[in-house]
Amino acid sequence: MSEDIVLSIYRGDKSGGEEVRYTVPLTPGMVVLDAVHYVQAHEAQDLAVRWNCKAAHCGSCGAEINGRPKLLCKTRLDDYQGQVVHIQPMQTFPIIKDLVSDVSWNYETAKKIPAFQLSQSAPLQMQQFDVDRVQEFHHCIECFLCQDTCHVLRDHDAKDQYFGPRFMVKIAEFEMHPRETGDRVPLLAKQAGLDMCNVTKCCTEVCPQHIRITDNAIIPLKERVADQYWDPLRALFRRKKTTTPTAPDSAPTIRG
Amino acid sequence: MSTQFATLESHTFDVLVIGSGGAGLRAAVQAAVPGVSVGIIGKSLLGKAHTVMAEGGVAASFGNVDRWDGWETHFYDTMRSGHFINDYRIAEIFAHEAPERVLELEEWGAVFDRTPEGKIMQRPFGAHSFRRLAHIGDRTGMELLRTLQYKAISQDIEIFQEVTVTKLLKDAAGRMAGALAYYRSTGEFVLFRTKAIVLATGGWGKIYKVTSNSWESTGDGGALAYRAGAEMMDMEMVQFHPTGMVWPPGVRGLLVTEGVRGEGGFLYNSEGERFMLRYDPERKELSSRDVVARSIYKEVQAGRGTPHGGAWLDITHKGPEFIKRKLPGMYEQYLTLADVDITKEKFEVAPTCHYTMGGVRAEAETCATNIPGLFAAGEVACGLHGANRLGGNSLADLLVYGKRAGEGALAYSQSIAEVPTIDPQEIEAEMERVMAPFSITHGENPFLIHEELQDIMSNHAGIMRSGPDLEEGLAKIQALTERSANMGITGSRVYNPGWHAVFDVQSMLALAALIFRGALARKESRGAHWRTDYPDELPEMGQWNFVQSVDAGIKEVPVPQMPEELARLFERGMAPGVWKSQQEGKEN
Repeated sequence: MSEDIVLSIYRGDKSGGEEVRYTVPLTPGMVVLDAVHYVQAHEAQDLAVRWNCKAAHCGSCGAEINGRPKLLCKTRLDDYQGQVVHIQPMQTFPIIKDLVSDVSWNYETAKKIPAFQLSQSAPLQMQQFDVDRVQEFHHCIECFLCQDTCHVLRDHDAKDQYFGPRFMVKIAEFEMHPRETGDRVPLLAKQAGLDMCNVTKCCTEVCPQHIRITDNAIIPLKERVADQYWDPLRALFRRKKTTTPTAPDSAPTIRG
Repeated sequence: MSTQFATLESHTFDVLVIGSGGAGLRAAVQAAVPGVSVGIIGKSLLGKAHTVMAEGGVAASFGNVDRWDGWETHFYDTMRSGHFINDYRIAEIFAHEAPERVLELEEWGAVFDRTPEGKIMQRPFGAHSFRRLAHIGDRTGMELLRTLQYKAISQDIEIFQEVTVTKLLKDAAGRMAGALAYYRSTGEFVLFRTKAIVLATGGWGKIYKVTSNSWESTGDGGALAYRAGAEMMDMEMVQFHPTGMVWPPGVRGLLVTEGVRGEGGFLYNSEGERFMLRYDPERKELSSRDVVARSIYKEVQAGRGTPHGGAWLDITHKGPEFIKRKLPGMYEQYLTLADVDITKEKFEVAPTCHYTMGGVRAEAETCATNIPGLFAAGEVACGLHGANRLGGNSLADLLVYGKRAGEGALAYSQSIAEVPTIDPQEIEAEMERVMAPFSITHGENPFLIHEELQDIMSNHAGIMRSGPDLEEGLAKIQALTERSANMGITGSRVYNPGWHAVFDVQSMLALAALIFRGALARKESRGAHWRTDYPDELPEMGQWNFVQSVDAGIKEVPVPQMPEELARLFERGMAPGVWKSQQEGKEN
């Protein structure tokens, strides 16, 4: 019970910083967020960390633990026995302070997605097997770990060209809803930059909600774009869409 | 005039919503009609509010699976479980409007689980006469919040994230005029001027040590309103959810949805006895929360608790496929945080602080409070739940009354020509107060004061209460409040959790004292309020709500009396829908 664990926590802000080591007494089942709170209460009141529910429901406490994007509240310290635990803020977004990143870009991006539209009023008649597919996307807690790990956003900083995996999931949620009438395929083909994704599945790997982002959201959306823009037969016999889409302005430029 | 005041950022709105959880977002969506400016302030990022923690479902009497259900039965269940100190009119409107508010969410993108006929699925929950809770697995609150979040961003609403309000400001006539706040990320002040405020800041479950509540539930809104002169009602009524996690220590108190029992889980003591058969043979595990929580507590006290002081909850008989489908969050939560596979083994649960039934006294039609221009909705408000809240009623509450508060504030703002004036000196004084902890060196540590507060509340105002214990607790709170005046912090204003905690602690201390005073005044046991020195529910006490305010202290206010046609619903001693179903049974 009296075992200790060493945390090396990034302390700093936009002007720079470095990791600082703290020793924390380990308790059974302790998660990284518990240890960070211990440091906050006993050694560094101003240690900035974002968190809400401590139950992996809210997605506030995303950070990087030994280089891996994770939720602090869901990461057990007994997985790191005998190691120093390095904790850094998410690297894809600008830092505010310590473990807190400025994730406002995500909220701006969310606004660019046209709202949910129905052509009929509730109550809707839908079978469970009709909604199973979209319900997976509703599991998203907006922790932005997928955005953090996406190399298009992280390594190439192409935030002006790609909305990122989180918003592919959001668009898939609307597009695959059995009764939704909006058409976001032109958005995907252009502004949202779906073709920037080259399906390396890193986002799927880090998703704490186990959403199969690449397989179930991104690839089916890519198929929709391909159907609408690149399939000559479908282009001839297209009935559903009222406006004729044009090809995307630019070809994908980034390859992981 | 200080430089700080001269450079103060300021925004003006017709309607300002404080709190960006379910009730706040629903209010903002309602108030944001063309030509009306609406702002919404959240202490966290958008979509992170405590609403995400609601798991089991939203109560609305569609009758999709039990056709006898209807608003009368929902009303009956709500009043009966609230032990009749609820405001009947609030409960009546609520029961009527809940189905419509849930369907609205479906139109905005929420995808509820379905019945075989393709309708919204409804699950059973404690003390609901019928299967009534519309749900999405065990993450209904998140669905509701996310749906409202995306609805809100598609409207013309200005959203302020990670902003803490420190004071509500009134004009010389006593009308709401604005709020002073600061950005948590920079520590810079921001002033909001407004005609009307909707307070939707949630409850104060963080006041207790073992709690299912997220960090935000520190009662800021309740304390802001109380200090501004609002009436606070039923403060003694704190709900302890029967089933929180028990082990390991870091997750103690974390919610285990009532859905586990709703979907067929059984409770056992250490002797393997299904003890709820003894405490409530009729409703068993699905009795009301106050009863189940007290039963688990009594079993532990009698020495029949689990290794870490709780009861066993077992749902393994439903099979892994069913459990993973209906309770995926619970499955994952126990597996990752406690190394327990709930599809294969029983698991430990114990009561955890879950909800504050008391709060700002608000009127049924518009959510207006006693302060002109201040409206309250959701957990911060009071009147719907009485002495015990039914599971699923909080999500329905924030939809029904979020909408009504939005409408109320909108109508009020349109009746006012100009934004009321705020005295600049009051703003300056408040900025000084908020900055004060920086100049206290070697002061009290706000995090440790919070821990002490939680200990006091858990030991003196928990599930089981008594007069002497409450007196002692109140004295301790008063002493702690004195010490808290000396809370000091280090570091800069940039995202400084120590500084933020100072105001959380101040809010919680203010409300803690009100809980003790209410609990001392209510000399009986009713619903969640259990006093060993007054173990019975007393009819004469049932006539009163206890209302507290800065100006008038504590006073008894008569519980509103139901009109004849509503009172008649209770004459048979059974819910109207249940009676109807029995009559049909006889005919066939």
